[in-house]
Amino acid sequence: MKRLLLLLASALALQSCAPPAARNTGVYLLVDTSGSYNRQVGKAAQIALYALTRLQSSDSIAVARIDTGSFTEKDIIAKATLDDRPSTANAQKRAFASRVEKFIDQSPPAPYTDITGGLLQAIEFLNEKHPGRKEILILSDMKEELAKGYVRDVPLDFTGFDVVALNVTKLRSDNFDPRLYLNRLDEWRVRVEKGGGHWRVINDLDHLDGLL
Amino acid sequence: MTLSNLLTITPWPAVSAAILLLLLIAALYFARGTAHQLLLAAAGALSRGLRVASHSIIRGQERLAARNREVLLAAGREAKERIVEREFARVADTVRKDLAGYPDMHRRLSESIQRIEEDQEEAAEVPPEAPGWAQAVKVVANLDARNAGAEILSDIHKSMVKAHAEAMDDYRKASSERHALLRRMMPDWRAIRETLGHVNKSVESVIGRSQAIDRHMEEYEAIVRGEDRALSVLSSSSIVYFFVSALVLAVATAGTAVNFTLISRPMAEMVGGTNFIGAYRTADIAALVIIMVEISMGLFLMESLRITRLFPVIGALSDKIRVRMVIITFLILLLMASIEAGLAYMREVLLLDEMATNALLRGDASASIVNTHLWITTAAQMGMGFVLPFALVFVAIPLETFVHSLRTVVGLTGIAVLHALALILRLLGNGCRHLGTLACRVYDLPLFVPLWIETRMLVGNGNAHATASAAGAGEPEAWKEARS
Repeated sequence: MKRLLLLLASALALQSCAPPAARNTGVYLLVDTSGSYNRQVGKAAQIALYALTRLQSSDSIAVARIDTGSFTEKDIIAKATLDDRPSTANAQKRAFASRVEKFIDQSPPAPYTDITGGLLQAIEFLNEKHPGRKEILILSDMKEELAKGYVRDVPLDFTGFDVVALNVTKLRSDNFDPRLYLNRLDEWRVRVEKGGGHWRVINDLDHLDGLL
Repeated sequence: MTLSNLLTITPWPAVSAAILLLLLIAALYFARGTAHQLLLAAAGALSRGLRVASHSIIRGQERLAARNREVLLAAGREAKERIVEREFARVADTVRKDLAGYPDMHRRLSESIQRIEEDQEEAAEVPPEAPGWAQAVKVVANLDARNAGAEILSDIHKSMVKAHAEAMDDYRKASSERHALLRRMMPDWRAIRETLGHVNKSVESVIGRSQAIDRHMEEYEAIVRGEDRALSVLSSSSIVYFFVSALVLAVATAGTAVNFTLISRPMAEMVGGTNFIGAYRTADIAALVIIMVEISMGLFLMESLRITRLFPVIGALSDKIRVRMVIITFLILLLMASIEAGLAYMREVLLLDEMATNALLRGDASASIVNTHLWITTAAQMGMGFVLPFALVFVAIPLETFVHSLRTVVGLTGIAVLHALALILRLLGNGCRHLGTLACRVYDLPLFVPLWIETRMLVGNGNAHATASAAGAGEPEAWKEARS
């Protein structure tokens, strides 16, 4: 009986000493600035601000652009890990919002669209933060156009990631042949799910309730 | 070996079945006695086991009832002792207060009476002086006017009239003084009446308390004698106390929840909003700890004031240390209440900050407009934060009642459960016994043919020598048993 009690006490002590499971959320918003999508960039602010209202202390957020070569830290427009104290976290949110709005006012259109590079950067960023929940939001038409010399045929590890494509607009060619649009989305879905992630598409930005 | 194999012992399955049935009945018939013994023994053993268990539970129930009785009587005795003690203390207070004031009251009464006596003596009526020779003067005045002494007599008459008027004035003045003296007596009379009224009230209070003490003493004696009536009263009182205190504790728990809501958000500013201990936020645990410390301080305060008696150690402390403890616990409570008021204010500030941030992020300009009457809710929150810790102090009283009545209620519930269990076991025991008899009858059911033959044979054999024992012996035992 004594041994059993000792064993139980030891188990409890070990359990209490174990590192706690992460409960925070990491959000990485990729904004397509390519010529075909640049007019939609204004909606990035709406999504970023919505994400900020949903985030709590110790959550992380980053907003990055998708341009010709997106696998770089230089494309990260704003990033923040919200402070433990709610008042400081609120101040950080306000500062972050102003940075995003500033970017939207000044964003130049990019000639190419490196979505894979942006996704790689997002995976790297969120994996470094070790959040409990990892969300990659992509505001793009999901049409990748790589400049000459850029190699993006790399496997993506989306294990533990939720990838949400937002406001995936139809291109002129999609109107002629809708299969192009559907195939494009399906290809990305297969790619994300093959990498172990979860894929979603939300086109109605007025109903973002399910997001985060 | 399956049933189909058994049915192939002859070429005709029906015949095979009949043979098998006959063999089975024969086997059952020959094993009948042993089988009956086995069934009855098994049922009897089970029945006895269950009855023994039932008796054991009844003994346990009796022991529990005796213990519960002792607990109830002890609790009742203690409660009555406290009540009688308090009544005596009140009587002592009343008597001490009145006796302390008695010399002063006596002096005041004596002085009042003395003043009244003096005034009464002074107010004694002095009869007016009788007019001496007024009749003679009147005769002289009525003499002939032409007489020489008429003028003299007229003067005398005037003097007399004047003297009479002066005497009347003196008389009126003296009467007025006497009335003034009598008026001066009135406050003394009133003071005497008031003092005596006060004495009467005190005496009535003492009499009332002595009657209450008599009543409590009678109840106390009944408890000491362990009378069933007293026990019944105590038992029902205990159940009532249990439910009432549980209700008050539920209300206190709701108050604690409100208190928790007030301080949990600002606590995140102090200990961080994302730290967890186990599955719970550290800020929530910290808020809960603050409330628990307040309740503990309240308990100690009540103990130090000797309002509750949950910790005998505190009650047994010397008065000096107890008073110090009262002051310290009260100061800690005051500090906690002030902290809570501050946290409640901080909560409002944080809430406004969060609302403003969310409004900014949503681009909602109307939400950022500050309500001019917001100070009312802020003040209310601060007030609640300050008052709730002191309100929670009084949780100690229902808690004590709950703890004391819980013993009795748990005891009574235990007795009821044990009683029900014993009854069920007893019923099961009896059921098992009857089940054994029933099993024997069921066993005999397929053997009705051999049993009937056996009876016929016995009857046939019996006819030879049994006409003597004839009617009394009746049917053979086995057949009777089978038929029954």
